[in-house]
Amino acid sequence: MKIAAWFVGLLLVVLTGFMLFTAGWERPPIKSEQTGYRGTGMVDVVNPRTEATMMSSQVAPESTPLPPDAGPKAGDIYENVQVLGDLSVARFTRLMQSITNWVSPEEGCVYCHNLNNLAEDSVYTKVVARRMLQMTQNINDQWSDHVQQTGVTCYTCHRGENVPQYGWFNSDPAVTPVGGMAGWRNGQNRASPEVGLTSLPEDSFTPYIDGAENIRVIGDTALPSDNAGATIQSTEATYGLMIHMSEALGVNCTYCHNSRGFSVWNESTPQRATSWYGLEMARALNTEYVSPLSSVLPPHRLGPTGEGLKINCTTCHQGVNKPLYGASMVADYPSLAKPTSGTAMTRSEPSEPASEGISVAAETREVEPDTASRAAMMPD
Amino acid sequence: MAEYQNIFTRAQVRFPMHDGVALPAGNEARIGKPVFAYWLGRIGDAQLGPIYLGWYGFASLLCGFIAFEIIGLNMWASVGWDPIEFVRQLPWLALEPPPAEYGLSLPPLNEGGWWLLAGFFLTAALFLWWMRMYTRARELGLGTHVAWAFASAIWLYLVLGFIRPIAMGSWSEAVPFGIFPHLDWTAAFSIRYGNLFYNPFHMLSIAFLYGSVLVFAMHGGTVMATARYGSEREVEQAWDRGTAYERSGLFWRWTMGFCANAESIHRWAWWFAVLVPLTGGIGILLTGTVVDNWYLWGMKHGLVPPYPETGVADPSAMPMQGGNP
Repeated sequence: MKIAAWFVGLLLVVLTGFMLFTAGWERPPIKSEQTGYRGTGMVDVVNPRTEATMMSSQVAPESTPLPPDAGPKAGDIYENVQVLGDLSVARFTRLMQSITNWVSPEEGCVYCHNLNNLAEDSVYTKVVARRMLQMTQNINDQWSDHVQQTGVTCYTCHRGENVPQYGWFNSDPAVTPVGGMAGWRNGQNRASPEVGLTSLPEDSFTPYIDGAENIRVIGDTALPSDNAGATIQSTEATYGLMIHMSEALGVNCTYCHNSRGFSVWNESTPQRATSWYGLEMARALNTEYVSPLSSVLPPHRLGPTGEGLKINCTTCHQGVNKPLYGASMVADYPSLAKPTSGTAMTRSEPSEPASEGISVAAETREVEPDTASRAAMMPD
Repeated sequence: MAEYQNIFTRAQVRFPMHDGVALPAGNEARIGKPVFAYWLGRIGDAQLGPIYLGWYGFASLLCGFIAFEIIGLNMWASVGWDPIEFVRQLPWLALEPPPAEYGLSLPPLNEGGWWLLAGFFLTAALFLWWMRMYTRARELGLGTHVAWAFASAIWLYLVLGFIRPIAMGSWSEAVPFGIFPHLDWTAAFSIRYGNLFYNPFHMLSIAFLYGSVLVFAMHGGTVMATARYGSEREVEQAWDRGTAYERSGLFWRWTMGFCANAESIHRWAWWFAVLVPLTGGIGILLTGTVVDNWYLWGMKHGLVPPYPETGVADPSAMPMQGGNP
């Protein structure tokens, strides 16, 4: 009997120690809210305490009052205003000030501008910023399937940082095989935060939101068809991407899927369609806007493959299903809502390398206005 | 507290240590001088040893050691031979099967070749250990039930790592050797084929697995509850059941109308256990070869209950809206 008591005590000590020294434990009560049909386990699970901390850390900054769009245009007064030339000087100056607050609150104007000649494109960040303005306009104008009417501004990703805190670099192909004889790991089997500390392939981004490999792996017929189905290994890569999405949005699988049939659309929630557009958007932005800028970035901004930091779901979402809990800033910045005239801009086809037109002190690429090219973005 | 309520074995029977019955000609000698161990006596028989190694045992351990070394050294190499990272990341590390492009051909050593070698030696070790179980049982004049139960587990192992990959035409379909990686493989396998829970053989396997637990608990509980009436002599009681088995039979007839007996309960247990990997292996073998999506298959055959549709459609099949309305 004494021995039994000892064993129970020992077990309690071991379990308590395990709980104290391993990550991811949260004390009850946890709130859960049913989101799907009964019995499917489709619930949103929220810890009200971590949620409170999260909410206070994800607050949109207050906007300054929007001046009237009257008076001289910025493009007429200042030189080399390629994107925002149509704005009144008052609105232009306000936007510049806001961008400074959002992106370089410590460095100020000098982070992008040569103070002796503000028009000069000699600082690489100015070239990047111009392209990012075009990207923001493009997102708000062309990707309402994903960003809805909430839209995005620079702050959605930057949050007061020069470079958004969350993003990813293409993994170094040279690092994966260790030596020649043994230790090949097929790009997986690391406690990698990108895939929620699972052993799934850690670079789930290069194939899917940089390249256009097929994310869909689940068989779409009951019986095998003549087409070779997806392999288990590519399924693991898709699985890794899904874990990333889950972590990025702070949600579980059933936020989008009825997990009894992951691939079945008419049992999924509307959020699944929204995130499908999100993946399309992330891929388009990476190939269209982010990758081509690598040529203007200084070495310390480049990853192991010589490319800059790219976009994934966390870049905007930062752990929340709606970035900044759905606060819309774009209404206060109408110039970010759509391409401003005076700039030719559009989405071009992803196969066309967009980098040619971009270099420091060079004009941004002129492309013909085209809204129909969207269909060409769609992977088969 | 009552005298019979115990976690451990109550009595340690000490007797002159013995090597066991004489073995027929052609057998090796048993190895080791037996000793009594008190703590072993608390959970089983107090006598430790001697052990029979024999040729099969030796060869099996050797092959198992080679497989263990190939797996472990590859894991260690995958963290750049860093001993701290090896320990820290151990549950995440694995020896991976070849990538899909190699199909069933021989891949380079460091791209799945080691996996094939480790698999070969591990399989050899399991087969040799099976031979050892079979021959030891025969030499002692026993039935070979244990060997065949073990064969059922080997069947599942072979389906996962050998038979199904061959049927699918690629070693890449097989399971990696690693702790978390094999679990991630399992989850990915279920997802890829549209939810393994709708695979009827998976259902059977689970039913037998949980059934094994139930049968185990019922039997163990019954025997211990009647130990004070002598039920530990359960085999004799199959034909001379005495008061212990009389009472336990009565107990189960009262509670559920029917009772097993001292012999049949062990047949129940054996078949439940054997059928877990047997049916599971069939389920795995059918997955990807005969059925590609178990959810859709279950829908087709009325196995999956239809739920109200959410009205969400595949956006890739629709023109993109784009633009502000």
